[in-house]
Order: sequence, then C-alpha cells, then structure tokens
Amino acid sequence: MPVGDQAPQSAPILDVHDVTVAYHHKPVLWDVDLTLREPHLVGIIGPNGAGKSTLLKAILGLVPLASGTVSIFGQPLATQRKLIGYVPQRESVDWDFPISVIDTVLLGTYGRLGWFRRPGRAERERAQQCLEQVGLADFARRQIGQLSGGQQQRVFLARALAQDAQIYFMDEPMAGVDAATERVIFELLQTLHAAGRTVFVVHHDLRTVRDYFDYVVLLNLRLVASGPTDVVFTPEKLQAAYGGRLPILDAAAEALRTQEAGHAHL
Amino acid sequence: MGREDLLAFWTIVAGVLCNSACAILGCYMVLRRMSLLGDAISHAVLPGTVVAVLWSGQLVGWQVFVGAVAVGILTAFLTQALANFGNVPEDSSMGVVFTSLFALGVILLNQYASQVDLDPGCVLYGLIEFVPLDTVSWLGMEIPRAIFMLSTVAALTVLFVTLLWKELKIVSFDAGLATAMGISAITVHYLLMAMVAVVTVASFEAVGSILVIAMLIVPPATAHLLTDRLWMMQVLAVASACLSAIIGYFLAEYWNTSVAGMMSVVAGGLFTIAVIFAPQHGLLVKAYRKLQWTVRIIKEDILAVLYRVEERGRRDSQETRLEREKCVQFAGGGLLARLAIPLMQSRGLIVDAGDGCLALTDAGRGGAKSLVRSHRLWEAYLEKHFELPRDHLHAPASRMEHFLGPNLQQEISEELEAPQQDPHGQVIPQPDPPDVA
Repeated sequence: MPVGDQAPQSAPILDVHDVTVAYHHKPVLWDVDLTLREPHLVGIIGPNGAGKSTLLKAILGLVPLASGTVSIFGQPLATQRKLIGYVPQRESVDWDFPISVIDTVLLGTYGRLGWFRRPGRAERERAQQCLEQVGLADFARRQIGQLSGGQQQRVFLARALAQDAQIYFMDEPMAGVDAATERVIFELLQTLHAAGRTVFVVHHDLRTVRDYFDYVVLLNLRLVASGPTDVVFTPEKLQAAYGGRLPILDAAAEALRTQEAGHAHL
Repeated sequence: MGREDLLAFWTIVAGVLCNSACAILGCYMVLRRMSLLGDAISHAVLPGTVVAVLWSGQLVGWQVFVGAVAVGILTAFLTQALANFGNVPEDSSMGVVFTSLFALGVILLNQYASQVDLDPGCVLYGLIEFVPLDTVSWLGMEIPRAIFMLSTVAALTVLFVTLLWKELKIVSFDAGLATAMGISAITVHYLLMAMVAVVTVASFEAVGSILVIAMLIVPPATAHLLTDRLWMMQVLAVASACLSAIIGYFLAEYWNTSVAGMMSVVAGGLFTIAVIFAPQHGLLVKAYRKLQWTVRIIKEDILAVLYRVEERGRRDSQETRLEREKCVQFAGGGLLARLAIPLMQSRGLIVDAGDGCLALTDAGRGGAKSLVRSHRLWEAYLEKHFELPRDHLHAPASRMEHFLGPNLQQEISEELEAPQQDPHGQVIPQPDPPDVA
C-alpha cells in the first residue's frame, strides 16, 4: 500500500511540534520543533543527558508529552504505528530471556499482525531474510544471551528490518559494538536510504557523523540546530551544543520541579 | 476406589489444577522481574473478599469473586500509581499497598467476624485436605465444588496464554517495542494482573495463598534454569508444579502435616535440584566446565615448557627432555598436574623419554608450537602498544597464550607485519602450511 494513499504528498514525513518532555515535573527536553520533509539518514547528536533518547521515546509515544504534538505523514502517531520501526538501547532488555535469535527477529512482524493473530509462514520467511541480511543466519536457533554484544545489536537491527517501516528510530545502535557490526549497520543504513526510508539514529561518535548521516539534529535539552550535515555539523554549532548547558534553562527546570511539585503535594 | 483413595485423588487434582494455573502465569511474572507482585495481589484480595461477603451475605458466589478480583487489580494499579506519582520506589510502594490492604482485610474480618465465616489462618494456609468434603452431584458423580472452580480457572488460564501468546511474549521481553508497535504494554500488563487475581482468588479459598505464591514463583524459576525457550519453560513449569502437587500430597500424608505447605516445600526441593543439576546453568555443570578448563591449562603449560626445553636443547646441543617432576612443578605442582601427565601420555602428546624425563611427540609438538607462537606474538603485540617494561611481558602472555586461536594469531601477525622474533629475541614459530590434499 503506497503511503501516498493515506497522506497528501505535502505532509512532512515527521513533524515534531513544540514538544516538551518532563520527568517528575522537571523538563528534560524543551520546546522541540522539528520537521522533516525528505527521507534522510538523520544523526541525533548531543552531549550526555541532552535528551537524545528522550526525544526518540517522545516521538514513539513511550513517554508522555508535557506539551506539543507529533505527527507522522500528517497523521497522529496512533494511526501510523505500522510505519514506524524502533531499535531500543541494547541494555533495555533482559538477554537471559528464553527466546531464540530467530524468534526475536520475528517479534518485528508482530505490529503488522495486530492483536491475537499469530505469525505464519510469510512472517517466518521474512524474519529469516532479515537475519541473513545482518549476517547472522547461522545463529538462528541460539538463545540470544549466547551472542556477543555486536551480534545482539545486529539481532535488534534484523528485528527492525522485519518491521518493514518507513521511518526507523535507532537508539545508539553503534554504542560498544565491534568493527564488523558497525560496518553492517552502516551498509544497512545505506540500503534503507536507497529504498527511500528515513532513519533517525542517536549517535555519539562525532568522527563518523559526516560519513554516516546527511542530516543532523543537534540537541542539548533543546534543539540547537537541525538541517543538512554540511550546514549544521560545523564547529560553531557543535560548540553551541556541547559548550556547556544554558544555566538559565537548568535554573528554570529546577524552579518548575520544586514549585509545581510543591503545589501538587499540598 | 475406596473412600480414602477418592479423597486423595480429589486433593491431588485440586493441587494439580491450582498449581498449573499459577505456574503458567508465574512464568511471565518471573520473566518480567515482578514475581512479588503475585505475592502482593494474593494478600491484598482479602479486604475485597470480606466486603463482598458482607455485601452479598454469601461465602461463595460471583459477587465475592468479582470483589476480590477487583481489589487484586487495584493492588497492581495502586503500586504503579504510588511509584509514579508519589516518588516512592516500586518495591516499597508494593510493600505499602499490599500490607495495608491485607491488614485492612484482617480488621474487617475481626470486626464482622460474627457475620463472616472466614478465618485469616485459613486464607493463608488453606485447607486443601477439605476440598473433597464439599461436593456437588454432577452426572451422577459426587464431585468436589472446588474442582469445578479450579478447572474453570485452569482452562481460562490456558485459553488466556494461548490467545495472548504473542502479546505476552513481546511485552515481557521488550515492553517499549511492543508499545511503539501498538501492542500496549500497559493493557497487557493489566490483563495479566487481572488473570493473576482471578487465579489467586479461585485458588486461595481451596488451597491458601502460601501455595499460590509459591506456585507463581518457584516452578517458573525452576523451569527458567532448565530451558531457553519460552514454550518449554511453560511446559516444564507446569510439570514441576504437578510433581509438587503429587509428591507433596504423599509426603504430607506420610508425615501427617499440611498438604499445601508440603506441596510448596517440594516445589522448593525441585528448584534446589534444578540449581544443582541444570544442564546449562547448573552448579555441577559449571564445576565440571571449570575443572575441564583447569586441566586444559595444565596440559598446555606442560606442552609449552617441553617445547621451550626442546628448542633450547636443539640450539645449544643439550638436553631436549625435562624431568617429570619439573613438568609437574611448572604446571602448578598440584594433584591435577600429576594426573594430567599419564592422561597426556595416553593421548600421545608426550612420551616417557627415559631417565624419568618426558619429551614431546610429533602430535604434542604441533599443539605446543601454536601455544608458544601465541605467547610470543602477544609479547610482541604488548611491546608495540603498551608502555610495559620488558620483564613485564611474560606474565600477561602466559595468560593470553591459552586464548588466542589461529584466527587471532593471524590477525596479530598481520598487524605486526609477520614478526619473526619476540621482544626477547626468540624465534616466533610459524604455523604449519595447510595440508595439500
């Protein structure tokens, strides 16, 4: 089903409008405005605690928004979930879970099946293909905990491929992986891009940003800059993102936390 | 069957039904690291039961069931809410919620004791032995009333996990992904909690909450040790729960003690057996693997020292053998080192070379050469990349030589541009050319 049927051509791929996220009344992400009209490989860059993962989770509806809206191809997220693929951080799951590699990849097909329906032959074949694509076909029957860290990350990528999404969100897929896995991920990003998909990647290695991404989102509690890599990934803008937090913003967040929470507890 | 046998039969059936239902649901609680929530729910349903009994005036009936289940779900909800909005750690919030609710139930019971024929002790320990006494007629047979209840609940549980197999699996493994996909983790969570409450309420009247709590946690934990597939974990958890029911009943008969208590003890016993004997993660297997590893290191140390002696001997036209006792000393000097020597002789790696000395065979020399190659390559690698004094290279290389296979040897050799000598000036043995068939 072509996406164009559901949404007019003019609707942006992703529109994040004035999104603020707060934990316990304390904003960790302020007023983010982000619109993407063309498919890109997008690197989300920023220092530790800048709210990179939070931005992904906010877009995916995994954390409540204190304000703002998110739309995908012009529609609210709830109706567009089938168009979205997600690669969480590797540490977010229990690798001792009794599940095989191939079954983990198969989880990626669950979203399209909807409630109650079980995966069938078509889904299994798809999972097998995705596993081959990341070079782990020989490990299909293994329990996931028996894999190395890089291999585990590749299983997560295969699972995302099985989601067959239009927009992917990947949370630090290259953190702590071996060179072979990083190469596999890089090639995969290229393949997805060539197929007209959009991929958002939380990334921490500034040296590889230019090689991997043609679009960059610089984040530090707020959106510092976003745009094509050539325009945005400059020393001045990086300095703005990494060169210290805004003291006023920290104080304002603290004020919100103490005062709003104070009222809530009365 | 005589009357005694019939009593035994129905008691065991009640145990099997209740334990299986708990074990099936418990798998998900254990995997989601929330096994104690089952404990909390099974305690907290008490006030719901009491209020419903007072309200409906009956000890059994759907009102009681609904009342208890509602409070059970409320427990899960309050625990979460308190943790989210009250800034209370989740374990404390659970502790606060269920102890308060249980205490409230006890107070209500005492206050209205004359109107409610419920005994708190009975709630905790249950009286599974009395299950067969309260019967109803069905198709001309006298069947205990509790069996109807428990089999309905067991069937419902099986239906629940069959229908929601996919949803339970993905939510238990990766709740974030599930929610992002549109399979709401919160919905599945509360459906599971509702099911746990149903099973708990249905069971505790008959068997008591201690057994319920034990069966929600112990058989799944046992099964988790034994397999790495979810469906197999469910099967093994049920098997372990049924075994606990059967063995527990007969042991309780033998010692004339609490049946529910004994079933729980047997479940604990089965768990202990699994901890020791589990094929992958068991203590025995781990100890055996460790022993194997130790013996391998000893063997490799002996091979390596014999290689060095031979190397030096050939160069300086001296002895190419080494006294057996020195070999043992070099490999740590322990009993295992002594035992390893005849083992290596029988494998044809070393031979008795006369005068109480040992020497390498051709087969042994091949392995030894690879070890020494690993050792000296690693020394060369350390020399290049680490700021270490030269006399500090030997010890780390002695450790790493046991771990570097042919592939890593190749990689290191390539990175160092095929070195011929280690930092001490000793020759790095080159690998044999591959056999030409």
